[in-house]
Amino acid sequence: MTHPSAWSAVAMIAAVVLLSTTGEVLTAAAMKSIGDLDDIRAHSGLKGAIRAVVTCPLFFAGVSFLALAFFSLLFALNHLNLSLVAPAGASLTLVTNAIAGKIFLKENVDRRRWTAAVLVCVGVYLLAH
Amino acid sequence: MAHHNLSPRQYTILALVAICAPTGDTCLSRGMTNLPAISLAHPATLIAAVFTPWIAAGIALLIGFFASYLTALSWADLTFVLPATAFGNVIVALFARFWLHESISLERWAGIALITLGVGFVARGPSLTERPVAAEAAHSSAEVEEAQPR
Repeated sequence: MTHPSAWSAVAMIAAVVLLSTTGEVLTAAAMKSIGDLDDIRAHSGLKGAIRAVVTCPLFFAGVSFLALAFFSLLFALNHLNLSLVAPAGASLTLVTNAIAGKIFLKENVDRRRWTAAVLVCVGVYLLAH
Repeated sequence: MAHHNLSPRQYTILALVAICAPTGDTCLSRGMTNLPAISLAHPATLIAAVFTPWIAAGIALLIGFFASYLTALSWADLTFVLPATAFGNVIVALFARFWLHESISLERWAGIALITLGVGFVARGPSLTERPVAAEAAHSSAEVEEAQPR
């Protein structure tokens, strides 16, 4: 394994985190635009619920970004240690998702949710490191 | 502050989100380590790997995770669902400790405690941000019901 500079390591982890956050936010926006899947399944059955999801363009945009995030993770793992990429990626994504959720999804990220995001972020880092 | 009112079914979906992802990953990991090294020169061996029991089970569990994750996102905020996903890490660590009898360092116990605390924080709050339009619609439908005695 080659040893990339600190800046290229930061760039690789940032790419994983940003692509993953974009994917999560787009997927969440898609599911909110579709509506409660339990209700849709109660009215139109499982096929109706699957149809509602796969006919939503926003859902495909979200899944495309999640796929890009996965490939950027593979790329990062090719250059960096798993013990750095996995905890850093997983924990930072929680905080960026809280920020993106507040800005783009207009979610009510109150003090309780900020505290939870930071606690879980540090917890995931400690657990995965 | 408005508190969430999740049904038992919705709690089950959140539990599936937390359990399916780490269990699926563990099955994939176990399946792939059982196989001989796969080279890019023979990609067909990767396709054959999909049909081995551990990997097939892992894929089925990850499909279950994605379906339950999408369902949860349709009725709860992203910032409510994500800590539930992270709680899966705690479940795997506890599995490793009490089922596989692996030792867990003090640092990891601290991680487990922090994630559990964080999930507890979120779970005590509302699951979905109340939208003014939705709130007005609910208010007006309640008024209509009141105005129309049955």
